[in-house]
Amino acid sequence: MNVVVCVKQIPDPAAPQSFDSSNYLDRSGKLILDEADTYGVEMALQLVDKAGEGEVTVVSMGSGSELAGVRNALAMGAAKAIIVSDDSLRGTDALGTAKVLAAVIRRVSPDLVLAATESSDGYTGTTPVQLAELLGFPSITFAKSVVINGTNVDVNRQTESGYDEVSAPLPAVVTVTAGVVEPRYASFKGIMAAKSKPVEVLSVSDLELGGQVGPDGARQEITSVVRAESRQAGEKYVDDGDGAAKIVTFLESIKVL
Amino acid sequence: MTLSSLWVVAEPANGSFTSTSLELLSHARTFGATVSAVTWGDNGSTLAAQAGDYGATTLYDVGPLGDALPGVPVALAIAALVASVGAPDAILIPTSYDGRDIAGRLSARLDRPLLTNVTGLTDEGGLVTEHPAFGGIQMVNARFTGDGPGIIVVRAKSFAAEPAGGASASVVSAPPGETGASGSAKIVQSHVEERSGPKLEEAAVVVSGGRGLGEADKYALIEEIAKLLNGAPGASRAIVDAGWVPYSHQVGQTGKTVKPTVYIACGISGATQHMVGMKGSKNIVAINKDADAPIFQIADLGIVGDVHKVLPALIEALKARG
Repeated sequence: MNVVVCVKQIPDPAAPQSFDSSNYLDRSGKLILDEADTYGVEMALQLVDKAGEGEVTVVSMGSGSELAGVRNALAMGAAKAIIVSDDSLRGTDALGTAKVLAAVIRRVSPDLVLAATESSDGYTGTTPVQLAELLGFPSITFAKSVVINGTNVDVNRQTESGYDEVSAPLPAVVTVTAGVVEPRYASFKGIMAAKSKPVEVLSVSDLELGGQVGPDGARQEITSVVRAESRQAGEKYVDDGDGAAKIVTFLESIKVL
Repeated sequence: MTLSSLWVVAEPANGSFTSTSLELLSHARTFGATVSAVTWGDNGSTLAAQAGDYGATTLYDVGPLGDALPGVPVALAIAALVASVGAPDAILIPTSYDGRDIAGRLSARLDRPLLTNVTGLTDEGGLVTEHPAFGGIQMVNARFTGDGPGIIVVRAKSFAAEPAGGASASVVSAPPGETGASGSAKIVQSHVEERSGPKLEEAAVVVSGGRGLGEADKYALIEEIAKLLNGAPGASRAIVDAGWVPYSHQVGQTGKTVKPTVYIACGISGATQHMVGMKGSKNIVAINKDADAPIFQIADLGIVGDVHKVLPALIEALKARG
């Protein structure tokens, strides 16, 4: 049971975010493992553990040389990482990202590819399905549970009205929602072990994807960034036992009551 | 360049199109282009009247999908249409579980880029999309630079759904063909979660709880107030991630977009993730013990206080009114 987990290193969402002069998200500060990806890493570790054989490979791409987030996934227990790191990847869109990931994943031939439903910086939310199409794999998005059942993966998939039980033959791509599993914290032993785990770093030329990444491959541009109309803060009271009454009065004033 | 043709992916649900699909059809027809809808399911052709009423002249019917997830067959059917009848200027797709699958599959299949989380769409010598960034503090405008069709995935409630009284759309069969290994994911069984009261996206009152509730059991307070106000209970991502409530309750970037008459945020600090899903509410009430919580910056009424005191008192006050 070999599982690839696609992860992204992102600027800390808790820190103030801004665009750089090219209108790309400013990624010049510290990058961390997207918390949304920790669920996929944990799920992969549990599936491999249950299968009793195989390993978890972490795959990522980025324009810088930062590895701390990927090391974090290794510290959780992934066996190795393959990173595509190249300045020419700046400005790559979701489809370009999927092309890069697909080129890497073809080399690994996994049984299962896991990813988050979307990253916590770009929120595009389509890369895993684009990846599945490029690989020719079935995909099941928005998994709230994932079980390997022989040569199939069985997933409870979130729907508008509840959930569907969905099954697909392996190899497949599955995106997991937060809460599918409780991610472990990396132990001190894990953090030490991660330092010596293999991290293969590839460039775009290694993957023969010239012209399909960066702004040229994205075939889209930002025309402007404007400040949104902001809402004005209204009245603010410190509750003195009368908070509920103030809410009732407000609801009356807007004719909800 | 004048827009000549737009296609709208119109999702069927319970004998009608979804509200986001109707919003997209309504907006698509404002550009003066020919609008076509693409739908699927066992009764696709029965939706021709509704498609026409909202401005589509043609309804492409992918037909029954059996137990397949819609993503692959619908994307293949659209790709086949592009090859047979020619590409439209753009393909508009609702942001939904299946909509995002269709968009991703179609993008890779056609080798065309997509723009997602779109909340506005204008014609400025070509379509320009609007996207909220950083929780909606800034708005980004973008456009495609290469050959069409561009794929545009639009968030719910970005436009108003208004019928135009058009004649029934002409139905054209658009089968997906062989879907192969990619299309081998099958629905084994569907489960519908019990729900009473109005839907979260449609409720006039939304009462949402966050981490400030302290523990899962306290979410019952949120449900009770929602019920008393004939509203729907919502949640922040934090407590959905923590497993207190199902994902279907989540309001925010990753969850639902709501624009109720009043949104009551209880123990929610106001992460950008959350704000983008509710800042379009007509009125916002926030209860949080942290006076500096960002949610207060957009609240019409802010109560700095403990939800464990304010919410039970509010329940009593609402019950006393009968």
